[in-house]
Amino acid sequence: MSRYGVPDTTAALTDRLIMDQVGRSSRVLDLGCGDGRLLCRLRDESECSVQGIELDHRQVVEAISKGMPVIQADLDEGLDEVPENSFDFAVLSQTLQQVRHPQKLLTRMLRVARRVVVLVPNYGHWRIRIQIMLHGRAPITGSLPYDWYNTPNLHFMSMLDFRDLCHQIKVRVVKEIPIIHGQAVIGAWGANIRADSALYVIERE
Amino acid sequence: MASEIAPPETAAANTVGIVQTKYATLFVPPHPLTLEGGQQLGPITVAYETYGELSAAKDNAIFICHALTGDAHVAGKHSSDSRKSGWWDGLVGPGKAVDTNKYYVICANVLGGCQGTTGPSARDPETGEPYGLRFPFITVGDIVEVHAALVRYLGVQTLLGVVGGSLGGMQVLDWVARYPDMVRCAICLASAAKLSAQGIAFNAVGRRAITTDPQFQNGDYYGDDPSKYGEVGPRGGLALARMVAHITYLSEASIERKFGRDLQHSDHLAYDLQSETEFKIESYLHYQGKRFIERFDANSYLYLTRAMDYFDLAQRYGSLQKALANTNARFLITSYHTDWLFPSSQSREIVRALVEMRRHVTYLELESVFGHDSFLIEIEQLEELVTPLLAETYRRVHKK
Repeated sequence: MSRYGVPDTTAALTDRLIMDQVGRSSRVLDLGCGDGRLLCRLRDESECSVQGIELDHRQVVEAISKGMPVIQADLDEGLDEVPENSFDFAVLSQTLQQVRHPQKLLTRMLRVARRVVVLVPNYGHWRIRIQIMLHGRAPITGSLPYDWYNTPNLHFMSMLDFRDLCHQIKVRVVKEIPIIHGQAVIGAWGANIRADSALYVIERE
Repeated sequence: MASEIAPPETAAANTVGIVQTKYATLFVPPHPLTLEGGQQLGPITVAYETYGELSAAKDNAIFICHALTGDAHVAGKHSSDSRKSGWWDGLVGPGKAVDTNKYYVICANVLGGCQGTTGPSARDPETGEPYGLRFPFITVGDIVEVHAALVRYLGVQTLLGVVGGSLGGMQVLDWVARYPDMVRCAICLASAAKLSAQGIAFNAVGRRAITTDPQFQNGDYYGDDPSKYGEVGPRGGLALARMVAHITYLSEASIERKFGRDLQHSDHLAYDLQSETEFKIESYLHYQGKRFIERFDANSYLYLTRAMDYFDLAQRYGSLQKALANTNARFLITSYHTDWLFPSSQSREIVRALVEMRRHVTYLELESVFGHDSFLIEIEQLEELVTPLLAETYRRVHKK
């Protein structure tokens, strides 16, 4: 039986979406920046002053080859290298569900940056619900060959759950953009059941 | 703080080959160097080596800063029968991270040193006698001033890179603070913006070992030929200073792995206090001390450790942020998790200041068991970072 996985939103779409939220010539921190692809575009197309953080050594080397500044660090370790209020934007794409303490990280991000742009998967999607209800199987993500015992995804949250957290830690949601079938649909009806993932722009209250 | 663990052997094909140390005389009166301490010094002889060719655009020069006891001889050999290659031969050479096919590489002995650049064992032109402790007080800033003068003397106005570890890394930071527009890329390894109290403490012990040696004679121990400092003076004190310092360059894990509690000459304990080198680690440290006094002048050790003690970029410029704000250089900062002499927290302090000032900084805390000495040993690890950084910076500079 083939199982439904939350599709990986294409990099091109998410890059575009994130870049639209980030003002020109801003100072931007990309957490979990990978090989620095997004940083490169932010610098070259939006004239941003950029900084990446990445844990994986190979990816750090890739980012250096692209001329991107990267700090090798574990997002669960508290971002010690980043002073408070040193960025206009902090970006976190498809990673919040993978850190040990999402709440701590969000709080920390909002301390180092004025605004936070975060892209999260939506485990409230109807096919995941059916999968659990009818088949009794745990949700998996995307085309990647992960199973429950080896997935990097530690937390399964829905859009409603994410909003709850924002409310709880007194964070203002400036924007919520559901992504449905690889398309950004602002103000979509029934987003929590229809969206694969969602992009949020949040700031301190 | 280069210690004596030799870099891994590399194939003969990718070395710079036979090289020679050259000498430049700078700050010739009436244009002496005014030192940070206020005194004037000149003329100053600088021992240096260069590898590779300076490009027509003069945009491919890289300056290598050596550590406490290093010298200008970074790469290659001085003669075909030399046993040892330069101290960073693994990193510098054709096709290597600091690629001498692409870049023009300069390294020079530091002011106050004893490997060819004017220091306390040089003769004071006014008296004809070796300076000894009459040599003026010097700082890391003074060292950099002399090297900057050498770079200009070689016809170079901007440096593609300045690279160094430990005391060499301090020089790198001082370069960008002092000459923010001159440097495109600053690579600072296992270093700090100031020497920690612990570092000063170890230096103090080393200096005391030297100055309390009866042969020290207030620094006037040279005899007729000051270039033979290895044969006279406070040899016991200098060896002791080196033994203590050498421990700080290693890590608990590396000592345990290399020596453990192994005995040097026997399988069983001798129960004899006269046996000074019973354990392998003892024997090793004694050997390091003995080797060191053959090549290093005790007075230079006093001056250079003091220069390290005094280094404090934030104090000099008001804050670390102010010291580093004016450069557009790209920084690569690395620390090693087993380095307790220059712990990662000190590198992170530099990184924080750079991030705050919106500078371009890459930072990694690298894994290695070798402690502070890691930057001299873990060449491959360094190569994979330094190679793309220099290449990308050069591409960008060259395009302009």
